[in-house]
Amino acid sequence: MSERESMDFDVVVVGGGPSGLATAIRLRQLAEEQGRDISVCVLEKGASIGSHTLSGAVVEPRGLADLFPDWKERGAPLNTPVTKDVFYFMTRKRALRLMVPPALKNKGNHVASLGALCRWLGEQAEALGVDVFPGFAVTEALYDEHGAVRGVATGAMGVSRDGTRGPNFEPGVEINAKVVVLAEGCRGSLTRTLTERFDLRKDCGPGTYGIGIKEIWEIDPAKAHPGRVMHSIGWPLPRDVYGGSFLYHLQDNKVSIGLVIGLDYANPWLSPFNEFQQFKTHPAIRALLEGGRCVSYGARALVEGGLQALPRLTFPGGLIVGDSAGFMNVAKIKGSHTAIKSGVVAAEAIFTHLAEGRTGEVLGYPEALRKSWLWAELKAVRNIRPSFHFGFWTGLTLAGLESHVFHGRLPYTLKHSKGDNEKLVPAAKAKKIEYPAPDGRLTFDRLTQVYLSNTAHEEDQPCHLRLTDPSIPLSLNLATYAGPEARYCPAGVYEYVQDAGSDALRFQINAQNCVHCKTCDIKDPAQNIVWSPPQGGDGPNYVDM
Amino acid sequence: MKAMVAVKRVIDYNVKIRVRSDGSGVETAGVKMSMNPFDEIALEEAVRLKEAGTVSEVIAVSMGASACQETLRTALAVGADRAILVETDADLQPLAVSRMLSVLAKREEVSLLFLGKQAIDDDANQTGQMAAGFLGWPQGTFLSSLKVDGTHLVVEREVDGGLESLRLAIPAVLTADLRLNEPRYASLPNIMKAKKKPLETVTPADLGVDPAPRLKVLSLAEPPARAGGIRVPDVATLVAKLHSEAKVI
Repeated sequence: MSERESMDFDVVVVGGGPSGLATAIRLRQLAEEQGRDISVCVLEKGASIGSHTLSGAVVEPRGLADLFPDWKERGAPLNTPVTKDVFYFMTRKRALRLMVPPALKNKGNHVASLGALCRWLGEQAEALGVDVFPGFAVTEALYDEHGAVRGVATGAMGVSRDGTRGPNFEPGVEINAKVVVLAEGCRGSLTRTLTERFDLRKDCGPGTYGIGIKEIWEIDPAKAHPGRVMHSIGWPLPRDVYGGSFLYHLQDNKVSIGLVIGLDYANPWLSPFNEFQQFKTHPAIRALLEGGRCVSYGARALVEGGLQALPRLTFPGGLIVGDSAGFMNVAKIKGSHTAIKSGVVAAEAIFTHLAEGRTGEVLGYPEALRKSWLWAELKAVRNIRPSFHFGFWTGLTLAGLESHVFHGRLPYTLKHSKGDNEKLVPAAKAKKIEYPAPDGRLTFDRLTQVYLSNTAHEEDQPCHLRLTDPSIPLSLNLATYAGPEARYCPAGVYEYVQDAGSDALRFQINAQNCVHCKTCDIKDPAQNIVWSPPQGGDGPNYVDM
Repeated sequence: MKAMVAVKRVIDYNVKIRVRSDGSGVETAGVKMSMNPFDEIALEEAVRLKEAGTVSEVIAVSMGASACQETLRTALAVGADRAILVETDADLQPLAVSRMLSVLAKREEVSLLFLGKQAIDDDANQTGQMAAGFLGWPQGTFLSSLKVDGTHLVVEREVDGGLESLRLAIPAVLTADLRLNEPRYASLPNIMKAKKKPLETVTPADLGVDPAPRLKVLSLAEPPARAGGIRVPDVATLVAKLHSEAKVI
């Protein structure tokens, strides 16, 4: 039998981001209000709460207000109200000011760090009696005799590269729970496993994703305008690529700048990292950043599928909240308010479920969600993202009509036809893209930036980026698509290297560079790369990203 | 006999240290903090002595802001029996810390005082040595091995050019180097149990020590960015450049 120790909780939450912490907090609030004891724990793979959290971010306080109506008095770190919204169409040399789309009007919202907000939520959760365990990665689900999920297990620590036990081996722990809440964020690894096991995407298709790459810069105080929010579309992205930039002015002369690119892009030569570096050389951006210094770097995949791509939200023994399910509002480029809301709704449904001693799936959750503002909000914008499958200008026109005229009232729902991994065209049929070399002041190479993510992985452990078939990188990815993982990975994890004295290329995985963005798990053409959690506590150590 | 281990809360070793743009200090806002890695090794050694039956109790001590409680909870999860926090907002320097440690070591009647050889933030490498001075105890610093031999300790120290073996009378002050052991990971059940272990809070005044800094920091700056390397065509040019430009030969 298992040598692992086991612990029992009523509810275990996998992931300490906004949705998971909201679920835990709401459960404990209800328990206190109604005098019931419900034990809740949150397991987070990052070394601390917030260390793997990355977002723009402009935060809409609506979700938080549903959790803590008095969030301001409690000192939530939302203290930079948006003062101005601007929206540009970029050409190589110019920035043309456009009307700000309704979804990007941010009056009442706050420029913030989602990492800092999560850290604060973590403190609130602990104060309410939630057991918050950062530094523990959930690696597997546990099943009962009927095949329902009965809990989760954390990964062992101190496992050597070859899978044997190292000198400080520490077995994982089994956590039994009546309800398992998946709150891993976009493309969670356990969510992927359970989605396949319970066929949760049977009725919704593959969905679509994006990759967001972000830097924080300290700029000349004379150029700082805390609360100013800029978005842009256009240059440097080719017209057939969905995406755009964000640039938010924070406090203390800091700006958060980034580029989001739809992972349904077709050209395997595209490099999201280099597109972003190039974006910073636009005259309007260069003028702002020049003389400043880049202090942080990171990347994360975003879930852009919307309502029509939501998987089944419950399964035997648990449910899915936040970006693991896919509640991001793509038109607003925001998902933290909906993530928190989904956690609140899930907690209320779980509480009733447990209080009434019900068994089976927590069906009250999807039911209540459909009646909440979250559903109405996502329904109104459901056709905006898929409009861009028809190309940039058609997409912009349709999206404009949806935003300004129809507000989602049209009777149809556009689908995402294929998975992002199926969208690449062979390299021979695509236009090769040459990117300018980094200048070391405004633009940098991957490794320089990965250093700023503070990512670290124990060297002596099995590679957490697993290949289902180790021959595919060379036989398919390199042969047909010219090795796209070397370009889409924002952290330089994947390389095709030529050894001295050899003509052939060899596939190399630099797993220690990984920033846990999950892009490879999404974009790899044959879905051959499986992102699995490394040792708990490993990965980026983002500071207020 | 009892053992005391000093554990310092420092910026995590994975985090790139950044000087604040106004030069007023090192950026700590939102930065992950953890136990000084050398202190983890010292703690592991003390816990192993307890598991071996040599030591009866392990007391973890930290000093600084109330957030140091986190570091102490980690120490309790790894195997310390109880913890003492000397809570103060003062800018603590090695002299005051070693003075307070020596007071606590006497108060608790410990026989072994363990520390890391140095903290990775200020790299001072002074606290253990000065504590031994205040206590009048023998010291074994930079340890790579430790054995108890009745009333004595046999230790190996990592010194320039090799290892030095010493035989010390107990009580003694011991500071850990990297190779002393490989610290364990705290398990989830032990983290839960650690929440219930006793943690006492005292102030420097309770210990009769004035923690005011004796050293003044004049300025803080990041090291200059490294200029990129160049390729030289042949050995002769390399030698010439090492001689005339780098001035190392």
